[in-house]
Amino acid sequence: MKYAGLAPWEILISEAQERMSLAVPPEKIDEFLALAQKMGVEATVLGDFTDSGFFHILYNDATVAYLPIDFLHEGLPPMQLRGVWEIKKHPEPRPVKKADYTDDLKKLLSSLNICSKESVVRRYDHEVQGGSVLKPFTGVKNDGPSDAAVLRPDLESFEGVVVSHGICPRYSDIDTYQMMSNAIDEGIRGYVAVGGSLDLIAGLDNFCWCDPVQSEKTPDGEFKTAQLVRANKALFDYCVAYNVPLISGKDSMKNDFFDGVTKISIPPTVLFSVIGKIDDVRKTVTMDAKRPGDIVYLLGKTAFELGGSEYYALRGFVGNRVPRVDAEKSLKRYRAYHEAVQQELVASCHDLSDGGLAVSLAETAFAGGFGMEIYLQRVLFSGVSCDRTDEVLLFSESASRLLVTVHPEDRDMFENVMSGNCFSSIGMITEETILTVTGIDGSVVLRGALDDLKEAWQSPLREL
Amino acid sequence: MTLAKAIVLTGNGTNCEVEAAHACRLAGFDEVRIAHISELLYGEVRLDDFHFLNLTGGFLDGDDLGSAKAQANRLKNARIAGSNEHLIDQILRFITEGKLILGVCNGFQLMVKMGLLPALDGKYLNQSATLTFNDCGRFQDRWVYMKCDPDSPSVFTKGISDGIYLPIRHGEGKFLVESQEVVDRIESLHLSVLKYSDADYAAPTMEFPLNPNGSTNAIAGLCDESGRLMGLMPHPEAFLHRTNHPRWTRESLPEEGDGLILFRNAVTYIRSNLL
Repeated sequence: MKYAGLAPWEILISEAQERMSLAVPPEKIDEFLALAQKMGVEATVLGDFTDSGFFHILYNDATVAYLPIDFLHEGLPPMQLRGVWEIKKHPEPRPVKKADYTDDLKKLLSSLNICSKESVVRRYDHEVQGGSVLKPFTGVKNDGPSDAAVLRPDLESFEGVVVSHGICPRYSDIDTYQMMSNAIDEGIRGYVAVGGSLDLIAGLDNFCWCDPVQSEKTPDGEFKTAQLVRANKALFDYCVAYNVPLISGKDSMKNDFFDGVTKISIPPTVLFSVIGKIDDVRKTVTMDAKRPGDIVYLLGKTAFELGGSEYYALRGFVGNRVPRVDAEKSLKRYRAYHEAVQQELVASCHDLSDGGLAVSLAETAFAGGFGMEIYLQRVLFSGVSCDRTDEVLLFSESASRLLVTVHPEDRDMFENVMSGNCFSSIGMITEETILTVTGIDGSVVLRGALDDLKEAWQSPLREL
Repeated sequence: MTLAKAIVLTGNGTNCEVEAAHACRLAGFDEVRIAHISELLYGEVRLDDFHFLNLTGGFLDGDDLGSAKAQANRLKNARIAGSNEHLIDQILRFITEGKLILGVCNGFQLMVKMGLLPALDGKYLNQSATLTFNDCGRFQDRWVYMKCDPDSPSVFTKGISDGIYLPIRHGEGKFLVESQEVVDRIESLHLSVLKYSDADYAAPTMEFPLNPNGSTNAIAGLCDESGRLMGLMPHPEAFLHRTNHPRWTRESLPEEGDGLILFRNAVTYIRSNLL
């Protein structure tokens, strides 16, 4: 005990951290306790495992708990919850046709979900153990946002571990099934972008949820239960489709604020983490543009999927047309991309997520310190032609897309490896440090100096 | 042929021992032993059997009394179990026998708080300096350029012509001295072997983040007058291979990282002078 005065029940259920319980064979207990003493670790014998079938707790000589193990393990029947799903319809904003979207991009780069978190990340050691290969920040000034971490657990080998994450709680406002599928896809595509292998990969599902149990305090419990069920359906569907086993996870289920008057429930959120392997860390791909003249490719198709997007959120809307994940097509594309990485044909790769293509272009450019000339006309689009607008192409958050740059000398081999998949070249890297995007009707619709774009991205949390 | 042997101390919060040992092996040490402090305190491992002592990075005792303070007290006062010998006797004998000690980050804090650095006039238990909280008030993980003093007696930095580039990961890296006299003597004796500088290694700088903590005279690394004891806040054991470098995918770099130089110099010195 740290101090005296705790009641037996307090001792029994205390969640004091950094304690471990061990089962030690009786013939080894003296040796174990001597080792603990030598290494300066407090260790005491609490009792014995018996075959009595009872959970028997004593405090001095008094019995303070005596329960059948069967009851402890099986005595609480599982909750029976009713879920009632309802598709919530949100107002759709009018499409906006502008001559210049540069300001929208800057606002997106400054928004809290997108802006640089460097000031926070650098407060933690991300390099201990000496195996760091891809750090949270990369690029010419060590400040571009990486999509995944790569490290070597064994310094005698060049095999590496890759770790990435996906999270998109805004989509829960529309459908938690899509929120989950997109979180899974985001975790996987960041992992794939840096060179992670799809053959040895695992996932973690961490739920951060509001209370889904119908009650007086939670009158919308049946809807929230349905949201939970839909999220888990997607978890099953997409983990099976991507062949990603879930090896662990955690559930935090009562994240609601209530002050007696106002109740605020968090949006249903899942952090989907991905861990796996890269065979040779020396083939790791980073997201920063590498050389002027490199060709810019966009892998995957873009659709009118602005529902739940950061762009709509900036304008005060949720919308309804949330991105959908096509696991079969995505997996095929990811496998082809992985082959390109194995053959060292990829100069840089950045995934597309919050803020869509515009944000991914800006980050790739300013991380590398090189500009870009991009043509929206060349972006592959999926959907009806009236939906194909500059606004959609720039800011839609369609899933499973990767922004890749390739040295010109590798163009033919890269396109050969990717053939049979949806991809197109959309522009090139330039020496001039400006991001220029030409819209579908041939006029420039976005023109930002890298310094301005990067400043918009870095300034919000710089002094945190 | 006698073997060059390195020991890396661990326990109570040290967390860089694996890569420090790897650095020693890569550099050419014949034997490298990671030893838990309890092994020394129980007499199971003795410093006398080694040539190079690594006091490496971590959070000894949770930095609870200030970084490395508790361990400094422990090493200065602890007795070897079942004997009248004190661990400090082994450490002082290690030094007088001409052996090498390298303190990295938490290890540098330990050496300074024990008095092992700068140890002016060979007074190895006299603390005259400290390493305290970064001016920015936060732990920082970033890479820094350090200008090297070619006139320093440090055996670890021999052959470094301009400087080296390494990661720092610390919350208490600001070097402070007891008096102006101490820092003046450090400078005149060329003990301030590494100073935070710009990318050209042109001049020391006090500007954040090139100088991540506000150290006096931009001091990042220090040695004693013999040059056989050295401490530095940046982590040489974390840059042994080009893939450790933050920009390795866009720069053409040599296979070996800058950090390996310090460990190679340790092997060279030992083979030439102690075996």
